[in-house]
Amino acid sequence: MNGGLRVQVGQLARRSILRTLRQPAQIVPALIFPLFLLAVNSGGLKDATNLPGFPTDSYLTFALAVPFMQGALFSVMNAGTDLARDIETGFLNRLALTPLRGAALLSGLLAGAVVLGLVQAVTYLTVGLIAGAELAAGVGGALVIVALSVLITVGFGSIGLFAALRTGSGEAVQSLFPVFFVFLFLSSMALPLELLQTDWFHAIASVNPVSYLLQAFRSLLIEGWNAADLALGFGIAAVVLAVGMVAASGALKTRLVRT
Amino acid sequence: MSSGREGRSTAGFRTVALAVAWRSIHNFLNNPAFLVPAIVFPLFFFVSFAGGLSAIANVPGFDFPSGYTAFQFVFVLLQSAAFGGVFTGFAVARDFEIGFANRYLLAASNRNGIIAGYALAALVRAFITWTVLTTIALIAGMNVGGSAGQIVALFSLAVLTNVTATLWAAGVATRVRSIQGGPLMQFPVFLILFLAPVYVPLDLLSGWIHAVASINPVTALLEAGRGFISGEPVVVALAFAIAIALPLLFALWARSGLKRAEAAS
Repeated sequence: MNGGLRVQVGQLARRSILRTLRQPAQIVPALIFPLFLLAVNSGGLKDATNLPGFPTDSYLTFALAVPFMQGALFSVMNAGTDLARDIETGFLNRLALTPLRGAALLSGLLAGAVVLGLVQAVTYLTVGLIAGAELAAGVGGALVIVALSVLITVGFGSIGLFAALRTGSGEAVQSLFPVFFVFLFLSSMALPLELLQTDWFHAIASVNPVSYLLQAFRSLLIEGWNAADLALGFGIAAVVLAVGMVAASGALKTRLVRT
Repeated sequence: MSSGREGRSTAGFRTVALAVAWRSIHNFLNNPAFLVPAIVFPLFFFVSFAGGLSAIANVPGFDFPSGYTAFQFVFVLLQSAAFGGVFTGFAVARDFEIGFANRYLLAASNRNGIIAGYALAALVRAFITWTVLTTIALIAGMNVGGSAGQIVALFSLAVLTNVTATLWAAGVATRVRSIQGGPLMQFPVFLILFLAPVYVPLDLLSGWIHAVASINPVTALLEAGRGFISGEPVVVALAFAIAIALPLLFALWARSGLKRAEAAS
């Protein structure tokens, strides 16, 4: 990265981070909502651990993977809504008049998602462990969980940027939230893939990448170190980020041409 | 003379309620952004819970006679009833935000009819959602062990839940008078619904969630509803006492909210 690009990314990143930190309405629901569902689900589905083949005797440990994914879904909304607001208020048009590069804009805008992802991951993990969840992979596993969570958050955040650039509307970005929630609901969110008895649900969950992202977290929490699960999880997260960035770059070019 | 005034008042109430309801329903049916989530969200919950958690029926001690699909159908029915009411509260808030509700307040001969109109619209919305949800559930093979009367009782609980949620949300909307009050309408409803025995019967819950669910009024509604659908009614009197008391209570809440809005307009 040359000096000019570094300065551009740095300034936009600073703005993105400050904007995220100054909006409790973005941070608080992203922290509270997943933890509330974790509390309810780990209490309500405790007996699922009695099912033959359930991988752990602590449903809390099993369910602790889910908040990381829910947190990532919030980053679609937060990153996308912030950029959509820049478009709606004309800020992006003003940026277009500067020598700012597209790559700098996108990277800088994702800095807020990185910070949010970091705060989320540390909070979920800390609360989960205090509540009694196990972490089979130890301290090193905790660091990998945080890294994976941030990567997934940034990956989903890039999709939020794409949506904002395509639509230019915060309302349209918000309407994506249910769509992404479908991916979470139709996954191995509540039970392991092997225990999903309904055939069509099992089939959908088996091809849903979210199931494998969840499994990467669970492998660290329940089993310890499982290279295959981690490789799959990090691989999928990297692909989501790459696809999101390519799509967002294309949408940015189109929008700037329109501008 | 007095009966003539009462007659005019009743007619005014009905006219206002029908006019408000017609506009609200018209907006709902003609805007995919309102219609689609109202139908799709409950379906996703149903599909996710009934499909993804069907193995829960094998948990030792789970002996619901009609199976897990019917068990979850009752929860999703009551949930969609409650959220149908909350989403109508959003419409009330939006009407205040854009100033349309002030025109209602100026024009209505009986202002109680405004709240009644929104409540009527919420019911129509809920019936549309329930029709789709029930059809999908039956296609998915849901077992219904209850008699026709018991199924009517189940849907009566859903209707009362819908009215309760509408009055709650309308009370918030008339106080906040902005769509920013949305989380305030939604979160308590979400909280009380999910702190009930959602996934397994109350007996199978343990720890803090059992303690909370035991005193949660929604638990009685869920247990009675599940009893109706399986043909083995339980806690019927308690459930209906709660289901009738709550709308009466929240009618006062909504009415006092309307008075505040009148004072502010």
